This record gives sequence, structure tokens and C-alpha cells, in this order.
Amino acid sequence: MDILYKIFIDPFVQMGMAPDLLVQTLWDGLVAGVLYALIALGFVLIFKASGVFNFAQGIMVVFAALTLVGLHEKGVPAYVALAMTVAVMFALAVGVERLMLRPLVNQPDIILFMATFGLTYFLIGLGELVFGGNPKVMIASELGLPKGTIDINMLGGFVSLQKIDIAATVIASAMVASLAVFFQKTRVGRALRAVADSHKAALSVGISLEQIWVIVWFAAGVVALATGIMWGARSEVSFALQIIALKALPVLILGGFTSIPGAIVGGLIIGIGEKLGEFYWGPLLGSGIESWLAYFIALLFLLYRPQGLFGEKIIERI
Amino acid sequence: MLYREAGQFKTDYTKDMAVFPILQDRIGVGVILFIAAVIIPLFGSDFLLQAVMTPFLVFALATIGLNLLTGYTGLLSLGTGAFMGVGAFACYKLTTSFPGVNVIVWIVCSGFFSAAVGVLFGLPSLRIKGFYLAVATLAAQFFLSWCFIRVPWLFNYNVSGAIEVPQRTLFGVPITGPNSAPVTRYLIVLAIVIVMTWLASNLIRGRIGRMWMAVRDMDIAAELIGIRLLNTKLLAFAVSSFYCGVAGAMMVFLWYGGAEAEVFNINQSFTILFMVIIGGLGSLIGSFFGAALIYILPIILRFVPAELGVPLHAATVEHLTFIIVGALIVVFLIVEPHGLARLWQIGKQKLRVWPFPY
Repeated sequence: MDILYKIFIDPFVQMGMAPDLLVQTLWDGLVAGVLYALIALGFVLIFKASGVFNFAQGIMVVFAALTLVGLHEKGVPAYVALAMTVAVMFALAVGVERLMLRPLVNQPDIILFMATFGLTYFLIGLGELVFGGNPKVMIASELGLPKGTIDINMLGGFVSLQKIDIAATVIASAMVASLAVFFQKTRVGRALRAVADSHKAALSVGISLEQIWVIVWFAAGVVALATGIMWGARSEVSFALQIIALKALPVLILGGFTSIPGAIVGGLIIGIGEKLGEFYWGPLLGSGIESWLAYFIALLFLLYRPQGLFGEKIIERI
Repeated sequence: MLYREAGQFKTDYTKDMAVFPILQDRIGVGVILFIAAVIIPLFGSDFLLQAVMTPFLVFALATIGLNLLTGYTGLLSLGTGAFMGVGAFACYKLTTSFPGVNVIVWIVCSGFFSAAVGVLFGLPSLRIKGFYLAVATLAAQFFLSWCFIRVPWLFNYNVSGAIEVPQRTLFGVPITGPNSAPVTRYLIVLAIVIVMTWLASNLIRGRIGRMWMAVRDMDIAAELIGIRLLNTKLLAFAVSSFYCGVAGAMMVFLWYGGAEAEVFNINQSFTILFMVIIGGLGSLIGSFFGAALIYILPIILRFVPAELGVPLHAATVEHLTFIIVGALIVVFLIVEPHGLARLWQIGKQKLRVWPFPY
């Protein structure tokens, strides 16, 4: 009985007793969720347009952030470094398309997936070789990002919001909105969706696969850069961040591989669920459950709906 | 010239179904086994036995385990490291709880625990597949890693949180623990790997292996011809985890001599997966090739440039290994999706028709 009470009642009593803590936890979860959603967005972009499940997206986040900070350390002014990083991400997109995707066209999905594993390792090695493996501090203030916290007096306590988190949320929303418009309304966006449906059919109506791939990988690279800046500003830039890339996988599962709104909603559910779980139920299990809770949420959901929240129904035929 | 099978006629079905139907292959395998079991223990240095051959064999066994699941049944798993950990921790618990039983028995038995856990996490595989399943196995990876750290019962409430291998003997000869000789440990690993490889090769040539391959090639079609999907997939998970568990137990008991939970993290899973990809999906001999290439590559990088007068920094070696492994995976997937095993096959074919091209 005692354990049932601890699982089903006590956490809610705690929530009611200290609403400010609840709000704080929810906010933390929301911010984490936004950042997960941004990584998931990079995945979705590439998956939608090329059918490649890009495992390297998380590493691209770290790689972009590391390039930015590394260039700044070498004496490049912040905004020039930013521009140069964007150029590096473009070069990466072109390189990936030329050297990896083009020779693998029409291969089974699983082969492409594994190829992105190779890309992951390649980028880890390259990043560490060029910029060193030690953690770095993100140049947030040089880029004009706000610092410090705002304390809001509410519900009988203080809720402290980091300004950088607010900025992250705003930037993320803007990015998602513009991507949605880009996919739905523009010519290139339509071409992207066509490629996602069928490579062959898109080719036959004169869409250049090579161009499309470069565009989406570049877009994913820019999303990765934005995520890297935000995430790096909250903690530090190092390859330990790659673990957050893996956090984006349950987000994807929850939201469905092809849906941009899915990535957002999934990210928020995972982020908030994870923080609430860790804060209120974690102590029962000796804490640290954050590392696998997201996967279990996603897994339970999968058993109920295998294609995710907004995913397209999987139809199989012989 | 030497490798030509002309004149070797099969006169009954047993001969036709032999593992090595060609005489030269049988001789070749015999020579390899002789080198591995006699020449290397006799003439190899402790470094070779302890730091090259033993880990290579351990990794090869884990790679075979993953290959049975990913290469033969087509179920992608990213939880290999965790399943190896289950084997290691199970073996540790068993041998500390029942010190009277020989540790080799426990090393093999710990595979069953790993298999049980594997089945548990394989259960969603009926409903979800492909990338989704890979994420489900990641759940296993993270959950089990967490257990290895947070459940003190698993490591007997050690303050360090690590498992230390106690000394165990066989006929009075220490085989685990700090006093055991590398040769003894190598021979035990070799024996276990040979037996389990032989079992695996028979398994995949038989009914079960064909069922797995049918599921891999097209699971709906397999279901239509009467293969029960759930049983087949769960069996694949069980056997694969069994192999990984034994490999994990051997890794700690016969190689490291002690380990923390950190050893069985996600990078271990990736390493094994890379061995499978580079060696060749769906090939036993490829598992050995892949393990050799990925494991021995960093050793070569560390020693060869130093010999040539360009000593590399330890960190640089590590980064270069990452770059090379990453690039190798992409190159292999592009040039030879069936990995080193296929290259081996092509080589044999060329040899068979030599000196003519066809």
C-alpha cells in the first residue's frame, strides 16, 4: 500500500503543496523539450526529403557548435565565425551528398542509416582532431544572446527563468514556423515533399535529387547550428552533448518520422514528461531515471500506435 | 592451382551438406585452428595473447551474436553493449553466490540470463520494426546501463561500484583473477569461441537459420508461408543475447579482470555494430574479419607510425581511429555492402579459377 501511495498519490500532493516548484519543473521540461524538438526537426527535415534516417544529426549539432567556438578561439570575430560555420555546414552538406548519398542512391533504408553511423564517427573524430576534445564555453554574449535570469514572484514562491531559455524558445518557434511555410508554400518545399514520396517519381518529373539533398542537409545543418548555440549556452560545448542527440530519437518515435508538428509536440511531451518523472518519481528509484524514461514513454506509445503521433500509417504489402 | 575442387565428387547427401565441402577448405580450417590453438599459445608473447588475441576473440563472439540478430534476422539492435553487461554481471553474481561451481560453467550459464533479458526487450519486435525497433533496443541499452550503476545488489554493494573478478581455478590452475596466466585465459576463450561458432554455423544452416533469413528478407511473406513471426524473432533475440552475454562475461572474467558499468555503454554497442557492418552482414567469418579490423586498427595506428619515426599522440590516435572507422563504414557500404566476408569470397573465387579470369 505504501508503495502505491508513493507512486500514485504522493507526487500529486507534492505538486499541489508547492505549485511554484511544479511550474519551475514544467518550465525546465519545456525548454529541454524545445531543444529536443529542434534536434528532432533536423532529423525530420532529412527524413522527409531523402528517406535517410540521419543518425548523425546530434553530432552535427555538436560539430556546428564546436566549429563556431573553435573558430572564435582562433581569433575570428564572433559574427564572422558564425558565417564561417554556416559555410562549413554547407560544405558538409555538399560533401555528404557527393561522397555518401549519391553512391548509395536506391539502396535499402537500413544501409543509408548505417552510413550515417559512419558519418557520426567521422565527424566526432574530425571535430576532436581539429578543435581538441576538451569542453569549451559557448560564445553566447558575443553573439548578442541575453544572459542572466528573471525571477517571477508567483504562487507563493519564485520561478526563475533563464533569459537564454526564453530566447531559445522564441528562436525555435520562429524556425519551425518558417520551415513549415517553406515546406508547404514554396516551390522547393513542394519538390522536397515529392522526393520524400518517391525518389524515382521525383526524378522522372525533372526534380534534381542532388540539389534537393544538398538543400535539406544544409537546412538540417543550420538547424543543428542553432540548436548547438542554444544548448551550448546552457551548458558547455563538448562531445558529451551527443547524448542529447540520442534523446531526440524517442521524440521522433513519438511524433512520427515525417511530421514537423510531430517533432515539436513529441519534443515537448518527452521534455516535460522526463523532467516531471525525474523530479517527482525519480527519488523512488534512486534518481537518474531521466536517462531511460524518454525511451520508455516512447516505447509504450509505440506499442499502442506504431507509426507515431502524426506519422503516416504504415501499409505493408507483398 | 592449389585451390581447385575438380575431381572432388559428392556421392551422398551428407557430403553435400558438409560445412566445408571442399578439401582445401577443411585443410585451411585445420591449419587455422592449429595455429590458434598450438602455435600462438606456444610462441606468442603475453602481450599478443593478452592484448590482441583474447579481446579479438571476445569481440568476435559478440559480433557473431549481433550478426545472428541483425545480419540473419534483419532486426537492428543498438543494445549489444547492455546485453554483454547482463552476461558479465550475471556471471559475477553467480560465481560469488556459488563459488563451488566452476566458473566456466557460470560464464556459459550467464548467457541464459542475457537471453532472458534479450527476449524481454525483443517483445515489441512483433509490432514495431526497422528504425523504431532500434530505438526500442536503445531503451534496453539505457535502462540496463542505469541498472548497472543504480542497483548495488548487482555488484555486491562494492563501494567502488565495479565488479572485481575473484580467483577461480580449474584442476588447480588459476583461470580467472590476477594470478591466472594469459595463456590459460586465451585457451579457454578460444575453446568457448570455437564451440559457439560451430554451434552458430549449424544453427544458421538448419531450419532455424532459414526461418530467420526468411523473416529478414520479407517478414510478411515469411508469415504467409507459416513461420510464426513472434517466436522466430524472439528466438533470434534470445540466441543473439546469449552469445553477447557469454562474450560480456568472458570480456570481464578472462580479459579485463574487473569492470565498471561504463564498459557496457552505448559506444560498446556501436563498436560491435561496426564490426558487423564492416565484416559483413549475415556472415560468420565476416564477424571475425570485422572484429579483427576494428579492434586491431587502433593498435596498428599506435605502433606503426611510432616504428616509422612519427609517434602520434594518444589522443590523436583515438581521433584518427574514429575518422578512419567512420570513413571505412561509408566506403564499405558503398563499395562492398556485404563487407569483408564478400571480399574473402571473391578472393576465393578468383583463386579457384586462377589463372583464368572466369
